[in-house]
Amino acid sequence: MKIQKVPGNNKKHKVFVYALSTCAWCKKTKQFLKDKDVEYEYVDVDLLSKEDLEKVKNEITSRGAPLQFPLIIIDDKVMITGFREDKINGALA
Amino acid sequence: MTSLEEVRRRAEADAESRGYKLNPDLSFLNDLLEGLKTNEERYGYPSCPCRYATGIFELDKDIICPCDYRDIDVEEFGACYCGLFVSKEVYEGKKKLQPVPERRPGKLIERALSGRITPEYPQEVKKEERITEVVGGMKLWYCKQCGYVVFREEPPYICPICKAKREFFAEIYLSVSAKG
Repeated sequence: MKIQKVPGNNKKHKVFVYALSTCAWCKKTKQFLKDKDVEYEYVDVDLLSKEDLEKVKNEITSRGAPLQFPLIIIDDKVMITGFREDKINGALA
Repeated sequence: MTSLEEVRRRAEADAESRGYKLNPDLSFLNDLLEGLKTNEERYGYPSCPCRYATGIFELDKDIICPCDYRDIDVEEFGACYCGLFVSKEVYEGKKKLQPVPERRPGKLIERALSGRITPEYPQEVKKEERITEVVGGMKLWYCKQCGYVVFREEPPYICPICKAKREFFAEIYLSVSAKG
């Protein structure tokens, strides 16, 4: 699976973003993390193969998260759906 | 190939016809229009840039921009799900744009992400079956107020033509005679 890593100096939390390459809110989320110098990984779900898509779908549903993007997962436990700045900030504090 | 300007013009014309505005954040707006253009090139129709689309028309038709959920979301939240269309209040900065909760039913999203057509959604439907048989729970609905007809599993939230509420939609029952 094509997981992209965006380097940053803030490595305090493990941040993963499920995104769509066409989605403006996803882009905003990525930019927001970058501006905060947070290291994170992301995957653009719309660019995945059928097999990887199935994997991602199972990953997301097994976490009990809705199949919506962006989905931000912090430290494998905090799940934030949508670009909710205050929630992301809170989880990264 | 559809140009970005064409996508923009189309969105502008549509917004104007409904009394909406396009997102005032120009760089955000540009990203949305780019997303629509990409989807149109990828799938053949401009599906919502902020939702996963399959490329299978039957599975994506409710999220083709302007999506089925736009009118009710603009009314309730001042913006559609992706934020392309906003109300006048949001445009003028009187109301802050917040992420709009997804209104699309979970079962439709799940089906799309399964990446396959379930038996209830055959890709090819024989022509003679189209009229006489109900396909996978699909029904014809008409708006009792203005006569608008739509072929869907459920009636729309709001009539896109006359804005009548869902309760105004009634099912159409078809019968076919074998006589010539």
